[in-house]
Amino acid sequence: MGMARYVANKFFYMVVSLFVLISATFFLMKAIPGDPFTAEKKIPPEIRARLYEQYGLDKPLYHQYFKYLGEIVQGDLGVSMKRLNQDVTHLIGQTFSASLKLGVIAIIVSVIVGVFLGMMAALYHRKFIDSAAMVLAVLGIAVPSFVVASLLQYVFAYKLHMFPVSGFKGPMYYFLPVAALSAQPIAFIARLTRSSMLEVLHADYIKTAKAKGLSWAAILSRHVLRNGILPVVTYMGPMTANIVTGSVVIEQIFGIGGIGKQFVEAIGVRDYTVIMGITIFYGVLLMVARFITDIAYVFVDPRIKLTGGKEG
Amino acid sequence: MASDKNLVSPDANLKPDDFRHIGIDERQAEVIQRESLSAWRDSWERLRQNKMAMTALGILGLIILAAIFAPFFSKFNYYSNDLLSTNKPPSSDHWFGTDDLGRDIFVRTWYGARISLIVGLAAAAIDLFIGVIYGGIMGFFGGRVDNIMNKISEILYSIPYLLVVILLLVVLEPSLGTIILALTITGWITMSWIVRGEIMQLKNREFVLASRSMGASSKRLLFKHLLPNAVGPIIVTITLSVPNAIFAEAFLSFLGLGVQAPIASLGSMISDSLTGWMYYPWRFLFPAILISLTMLSFNIFGDGLRDALDPKLKK
Repeated sequence: MGMARYVANKFFYMVVSLFVLISATFFLMKAIPGDPFTAEKKIPPEIRARLYEQYGLDKPLYHQYFKYLGEIVQGDLGVSMKRLNQDVTHLIGQTFSASLKLGVIAIIVSVIVGVFLGMMAALYHRKFIDSAAMVLAVLGIAVPSFVVASLLQYVFAYKLHMFPVSGFKGPMYYFLPVAALSAQPIAFIARLTRSSMLEVLHADYIKTAKAKGLSWAAILSRHVLRNGILPVVTYMGPMTANIVTGSVVIEQIFGIGGIGKQFVEAIGVRDYTVIMGITIFYGVLLMVARFITDIAYVFVDPRIKLTGGKEG
Repeated sequence: MASDKNLVSPDANLKPDDFRHIGIDERQAEVIQRESLSAWRDSWERLRQNKMAMTALGILGLIILAAIFAPFFSKFNYYSNDLLSTNKPPSSDHWFGTDDLGRDIFVRTWYGARISLIVGLAAAAIDLFIGVIYGGIMGFFGGRVDNIMNKISEILYSIPYLLVVILLLVVLEPSLGTIILALTITGWITMSWIVRGEIMQLKNREFVLASRSMGASSKRLLFKHLLPNAVGPIIVTITLSVPNAIFAEAFLSFLGLGVQAPIASLGSMISDSLTGWMYYPWRFLFPAILISLTMLSFNIFGDGLRDALDPKLKK
C-alpha cells in the first residue's frame, strides 16, 4: 500500500468518525424531551408556530438533519439557547485564544521536560536519577490533574504567594495551569522515551558509532535522541486529547476564560446548542490531531511498512 | 577416571558381600521430584516477589475493606446535614472534619470511595463482557466478519471518549446507572482489540488444531481453549481500566455530570470542596489523597501483574 492510499484511508476514517459524532450530537439532542422554547412562561401557540417556522422545526426530522449538516460544513454552529444573540461559532472564536495558548505551551513543556526526564533515566539506568524519574512518572500518571492543580494552587499561590491564584493576564499566570496540565503527559513521555532509549542504547549502530570514535555528544544527539523519541510521535494524538479534556477542568480551577470554561457553564445550564457546538469543535480538533499523528509517524520512521489499514 | 578409585577410602575394608544388587526401577526415572507449578502458581510466585505490586495490592485491599466497613464505625451518616457545625476542622468527634452542610467527611470519604470503586469495577466488568464477546468473534472468525467489525470499532474509537460520555450524560441525566452505562459505551473497544489480538495468535497453534480435528465445536474452542489462554492480558487490561473509569467519573463531577447529591463519590467531593478549600483544606485533602492512592495502587498493581503474567515482556 502506497503512501497516498494510506493517507486517503486515514482521512476517510477521520471523516466517517466525525460524521458519526455530528449525527450522534444531533439525534441525542433531539431525544431530549421539550424543545428550545420550553420555558416556565407558556408561549402562545401562534407565536410558537412562528418560532418553529423561523428555526425550521416544523419540517420533518431528516430535513432538519440535513440542514444541520449543511450549516456545520459552513462553520455555522447555531445560536446559544440561553444567551441572547450569542452565536456559538463566535463564542468559540472569542474564547479559543486563551485555551490555545494554554494548550500549546503545555504541549511544548510536556515534550521538552518529558523527553529530558526519560533521556536522563535511560542514561543513568538503574541509578538514582532513573528511579527518581520513574517514581515521578508513576505519580504523574496516577494522580489526577485536578488534584495536582489544586495542590499547586494551594502551595504556590495561596501559601507561598509565588504565583497568582487565578486569572490569565500574563506570563506569571501561566506557570501553575501549565504545570498541572502537563504533569500527566510529561510522565507518559518520560516513560516512553526511557524504554525506547534503553533499546536504542543497546543497538548495534550505537556500538558502531562508538567504535569508529564518535564523540559521546554526537552519538547522543545524532543517533540516540533521534531514534529514541520516535515513540513520542505516536503519543502526540492521545496527548492532545489529554490536554484538551484536561484543560476543561484546569480552566475551571484557575478561572481561565477559555472554551473549557464555556463548556462547563453550558453544561451547567443545559445550553444545548453551545454543548453541541463545543463538542463538535473539540471532536474536529482531536480527530485532526490524531490524523496528523498517524501521518507524521510514517514520515519520521521509514521502517514502518504500510500494510493494511491497522496501525502497526 | 582416576578419581573413581579414591571414592572409597582404602581403610574401609569393604567385601563383595557388603554390596547388594538393587537393579533399575524404570518407574523411578520419570518421578517428578519438585512440586509441579501451574501457570497461575508460577505467576503468583513472580508477583509475590514484586514488593511494589504486593504493597499496592495490600493497600487496595485495605481501601476496599475500609470503603465497605469504615462508615459503620462512625455515629454519623453520609447524608445528614448539621448546619450548626459546618466546615469544622478534624476533631475527635468528626475525624476528618465536616463540609459546608455539616456532613461528616470521614464517613463521606469512605462512602465516596465505595461509589468510586463501584463505578470503576462495574465499568470494567461491562467492558470485559462486551469486549470479550466482540473481540472473541473478531479474532475467532477473522476474514470479512473481522474486517467489518474492526472498522466499526475503529470508527467508534476515533471519536474522543470523554466527549461521547459527556453527550450521553447531558441527555440521560447523571445517576449511578447512567454514568456506568456512559463510561462503557465506547470503553470496551480497547478490551476487544486485546482479545482479538490474543485469539488471532492462539487460533493457529497446534493445540487448537488438535482440538478442532477431534471435532470440537466453535463455542468449545473459544471458551475452553482460546479465552483461557488469553486471560493474562485480559486481567491486566481490566486492572488498568478500573482507575481510568474512576478518573473519568471524577472528571465528570467537575462538569456537574457525576453522581448527584446527596450521593458522593471521591470526585464529586473534591469538586464540591474547591469553592472554599483554601480555608477548609481538609474538605479537599482526604478525598484527594484517597483517590490518588487508589489510582496509584491500581496502576502499580496492574504493571506488576503484567510483568508477572507475561515474563517475556519483562526487561
